[in-house]
Amino acid sequence: MEVGVEGNGQGPVVEVRDLVKRYRKAKVNAVDGVSFAVRRGEVLGLLGPNGAGKTTTVGVLTTRVRRTGGTACVSGVDVGVDPVRARRLVAVVPQRNNLDRSLSIRQNLLFHAAYHGVPAAERTRRASELLEEFGLADRADDKPDMFSGGQAQRVMVARALMHAPEVLFLDEPTTGLDPAARLFVWDRVRDLRARGVTVVLTTHDMDEAAELADRVGIMDHGKLLALDTPAALTRGLPGRTTLEVAVALDGSSAEDLVAGLGALDGVERVERVGAATGPPGGWPPMGGGPMGGGRPGGGPPGDGGSPAGPAAPPRELRARLYLLGEAPAMVAPVAALVASHRAQLTDVAIGAPSLEDVFIALTGRALR
Amino acid sequence: MTTTTSPTPTTTAGPDPRGPAAGPTRAFLAVLWRDLYVTGRELPVFLAQVVLQPLFLLFVFGKVLGDLGFTQPGYTRVLFPGIVALTAFVTGLQSTAFPLVIDFSFTKEIEDRLLAPLPVGMVAVEKVVFASLRALLAALVMLPVGVWILGSIPWRSSGVPLFVTVLILGCLVGSCLGMILGTAVPPNRINVMFALILTPLLFTGASQYPWASLDSLPWFQVVTALNPLTYVSEGMRAALVPEVPHMQPWVSVLVLVVTIVVSLAAGIRLFLRRAID
Repeated sequence: MEVGVEGNGQGPVVEVRDLVKRYRKAKVNAVDGVSFAVRRGEVLGLLGPNGAGKTTTVGVLTTRVRRTGGTACVSGVDVGVDPVRARRLVAVVPQRNNLDRSLSIRQNLLFHAAYHGVPAAERTRRASELLEEFGLADRADDKPDMFSGGQAQRVMVARALMHAPEVLFLDEPTTGLDPAARLFVWDRVRDLRARGVTVVLTTHDMDEAAELADRVGIMDHGKLLALDTPAALTRGLPGRTTLEVAVALDGSSAEDLVAGLGALDGVERVERVGAATGPPGGWPPMGGGPMGGGRPGGGPPGDGGSPAGPAAPPRELRARLYLLGEAPAMVAPVAALVASHRAQLTDVAIGAPSLEDVFIALTGRALR
Repeated sequence: MTTTTSPTPTTTAGPDPRGPAAGPTRAFLAVLWRDLYVTGRELPVFLAQVVLQPLFLLFVFGKVLGDLGFTQPGYTRVLFPGIVALTAFVTGLQSTAFPLVIDFSFTKEIEDRLLAPLPVGMVAVEKVVFASLRALLAALVMLPVGVWILGSIPWRSSGVPLFVTVLILGCLVGSCLGMILGTAVPPNRINVMFALILTPLLFTGASQYPWASLDSLPWFQVVTALNPLTYVSEGMRAALVPEVPHMQPWVSVLVLVVTIVVSLAAGIRLFLRRAID
């Protein structure tokens, strides 16, 4: 895979090439030939299910896991060759609370900085600032075992910043947190990005990846399947951008209109949805499920409401168009077509594909 | 430092916070300071924890049995050096074994120190140094405790150099063996480990009897010769009560030094296995 970093003369902060890790006694590689690079100030998200190799990748970069093959560098320092120097450049916020329970919150920050050789006056000042910023000042002298998961998370992020790392690794920073704590962590990550701190975070939450990361790497079974901005990843999915339209038919034929929409340039296929029309009376609940199942091309049979009874033709058509290109560009042609059928467009909604769709397209299964 | 680190975006402006002397030595001292600080804060609890067992041994075997006439009058002179040896050895062993099992298996607290800028092996060495300092303190506290319980303790100034040497070696050998236990024993076996390993160590270490006198019980003499504590006890007697039959001091010192070197190397290897996947 290309190591895509702007050629502005400055090398990437994190550079991983053909990284392989096989744990002792394991039958398969936990990380299996992963390459990527992270620019200074960038937030990179590694997205994938549990066991995808995200945490192992972070483990190698933070010197806690010894690689089996390939290289991993932080600011030009090979983490396998010079782990001591690499440790001064990185900080990690682990999945599990590993705060020092024998020390208060403030002391956790102070000792961490002392391990990293931050001078005493500097670390005192920095601890006070970070405690304030993270809303921990009034609890600075409490022991960590009295803290909730979200609070402990905050303390660990503050601790990580004490030695001013070049790269901050966040391993599943919001797993198991309540929504408020999660939003707090998100805000902190945005702050870090605004400040220019390089962040690598792992997550199995696609919203989190889309929300926080400048670029997202999708991992599964130890491999990096794709790496790009969330927009570019989803743009690369033909037939995943959708346009939902509602049309007042005014007597025109729904079938003709559907056929017409399907024939438009740039429309992959058309699916009728939620036929909320006409007399809701008699028709049997002919399976809500199967509709979704046979999605491609199945077309006509599932028609809206013509059968049996005192045929009142549907007055409204709702359809979802799966597009090959960008949705906004299709609005005008669709409107023109609808008008040519003497029907009226009453609603249009653009559905963007999500990272979940990208993941499904890449792996053939859902993320969770 | 080379110029690879360009201006770092930090939380605050200012000079490089790592300072000029941010070397592994400094990190080592900071990690050691953390352990000393935590122990210092709970010093009374620590002392009660480590002194109570030797105190009772000394009281029952030295005072009670003696006063009741079950032991010979000179027995406290045999017992006391052995109890000092036992205290140093066992305190060292427990001060590495227990915290490491808990750190690696449950709290993961040690991770922050494993990520400090010093070689991971030096974190292991720090554990041994720290445990030895605890052991040294506990053993030295046994001197006034001995005076208090027994009325007087065997002491001779010409034996002090050997006493100090053997004491330090005893603390180190216990700490190194403790690191092996703490890193090799799976967490679910910790209780079994202390029952099956610690108890035999306590009673096969020649601390309650002189090793030479085991002539009449040869198999037990062989067993005790395998326990490093035996050499600490014997060395202590050579220093404090030379009139009691004892091993040649150079044998004690040599065996202890070799045991320390071998067990430290093994302990660091095991530590690295636990610390780095």
